[in-house]
Amino acid sequence: MDTLAFLIRRLGQAVVVMLVISVIGFSIQDNLGDPLRELVGQAVSEAERQALRDEMGLNDPFVLRFGRFLAGAVQGDLGTSYFFKRPALEVILDKFPATFELVLAASLIIVLVSVPLGVFCAIRPNGWVTQAIMGFSIVGISIPVFLTAIFLIYIFSIELGWLPSFGRGQTVTLGWWTTGLLTRDGLAHLVLPAIALSSIMLPLFIRLIRGEMMEVLRTEYVRFAWAKGLSSRRVWFVHAFKNTLLPVITVGGVQIGTLIAYTILTETVFQWPGMGFLFLEAVNRVDTPLIIAYIIVVGLIFVVTNTVVDLVYTLVNPMVKITGRAA
Amino acid sequence: MALLEVRGLEVTFPLRGAALTALRGVDFTLDAGERLGIVGESGAGKSMAAFAILNLISEPGRISAGEILFDGRDLARLSDNHMRAIRGNRIAMIFQDPMMTLNPVLTIGTQMVECLKAHQKIGEAEAKRRAIEKLREVAIPSPETRFDSYPHELSGGLRQRVVIAIALLLDPAIIIADEPTTALDVTIQAEIMGLMIALCENHNVGLILITHDIAVVSEITRRLIVMYAGRIVEAGPTAELIAAPRHPYTRGLLKALPQKNRPGGMLHQIPGTMPSLAAIPDGCAFHPRCEHADARCRRSVPALRDVGGRLVSCHHAERIS
Repeated sequence: MDTLAFLIRRLGQAVVVMLVISVIGFSIQDNLGDPLRELVGQAVSEAERQALRDEMGLNDPFVLRFGRFLAGAVQGDLGTSYFFKRPALEVILDKFPATFELVLAASLIIVLVSVPLGVFCAIRPNGWVTQAIMGFSIVGISIPVFLTAIFLIYIFSIELGWLPSFGRGQTVTLGWWTTGLLTRDGLAHLVLPAIALSSIMLPLFIRLIRGEMMEVLRTEYVRFAWAKGLSSRRVWFVHAFKNTLLPVITVGGVQIGTLIAYTILTETVFQWPGMGFLFLEAVNRVDTPLIIAYIIVVGLIFVVTNTVVDLVYTLVNPMVKITGRAA
Repeated sequence: MALLEVRGLEVTFPLRGAALTALRGVDFTLDAGERLGIVGESGAGKSMAAFAILNLISEPGRISAGEILFDGRDLARLSDNHMRAIRGNRIAMIFQDPMMTLNPVLTIGTQMVECLKAHQKIGEAEAKRRAIEKLREVAIPSPETRFDSYPHELSGGLRQRVVIAIALLLDPAIIIADEPTTALDVTIQAEIMGLMIALCENHNVGLILITHDIAVVSEITRRLIVMYAGRIVEAGPTAELIAAPRHPYTRGLLKALPQKNRPGGMLHQIPGTMPSLAAIPDGCAFHPRCEHADARCRRSVPALRDVGGRLVSCHHAERIS
């Protein structure tokens, strides 16, 4: 019941956020090139251009155009891509599974690697392994993602020839969703892009988990847990780690959203047929409906991720009870 | 033979080459079922002594000399696994602030059951039954419900009762209570202290009560240790120490108490503050704050010696009474 009320309140907030995003997105249209040039080329006279503008409603006042856009948007119509000549939302959603699977794989790598390493570095703060991991993570933070990607391609695709370096490989279609997770070839294609994408967040997460965990290990309740004669495993992984998770979930949730931004670079380097790659192409072609559709879809993903993170947080922290009332 | 015997205990913190000595030559004993008080200002080393007994000094501190004899074994040299078997089982501890002592994300029940399971082969149902029994013993209302509560759902007084219940869970021989009532409301302090004493008596548990509150110690302990700057400065029967303190520091502590017969009068203060570990003065560590200090006090550390049936470390112990 409480959860339902929480979701309803969250929905209200989401509407406001989405409205702001759509205003920003739509405003970009006014300042981003001239769609006519992309649409009709250069051999069309100025008079014909003006006629086309009027016909497309490009000369109407901003408020009117925005209203028209919004009315369409709530019905799932985000305009028609100038380049693909298809509904922009449809074009984006075609590419969504590829990006989703890439972000999912990268997030999995981040969680599976950063948790054990972060915990290890916290409970053995002075060991040489810890020093090595921490040193490596400093280097990792400073290397831009496209450079990591190029290194990976050079080593594993060109020199060793172990893994493919571009595209999604063989995919399977399940309804409207195309997945690369069910074939060997699809998984092989996923490895390098996922590693490249995770590399940007991995050092941050290791340092975050280590820092929080060391903080928790100094608390009185951890000392009391030791005084009760519990095993190290129990003190570290039940008493300390559960408390470490709280801040990590908060920061981590936001960062996972940020990963989507990095997919633009990763997908471009690996020619990954996802939303980020599509977005970059759309920018080059000044395909404004597609750009706006991308911004809105990504905004929606952010809102959904943050809501899920909040729900997970309440599961871990008994002191936060979901309530329907505004906090 | 005493249940617990601490001999020449020394704790040092190696820091950037220099080693800070937090405890020096601490000796005391505790008999079964006895109640011992350790008093002193903050930084005197009383908590350090408590944590040293359980080998729980925070890094990088360590026991650098001395013995802690318990059950025929030296706790200062015990392996981690053997030490773990003693913690919470034979020697339990009660911490100062019940708001910080219990893990906020685990239920009271989880935190009790895990302690039983760490030391005994015991089933879930049986462990729960024993935990609830202990909760009832410390007079927690509706213990079955509280078993599933989280710490934040309980008041400070109730939480400290839970901590006491956890300490008593495995019928330890010794409980070390580090300022167990300091963080509580005054009205609840007496209640909790009374409960602790009653339980220790019922189960014949030895109690080491660490506090800065001489009034509390005078009511419930038989023997008293006064610590200053990591050393014992006076030790003996509580009643005698309080009636006629021989160390100037003990005198100062007693004079700083509000007097019932002089309401509205100014409270006495010991001038100055406890020195930090890095700057303990030569000679008697208390001499900069002492009205009796002379050249000898500045030069040589007074030995802890027997003066009229108690131990005092002061060159002028005979003069002061």
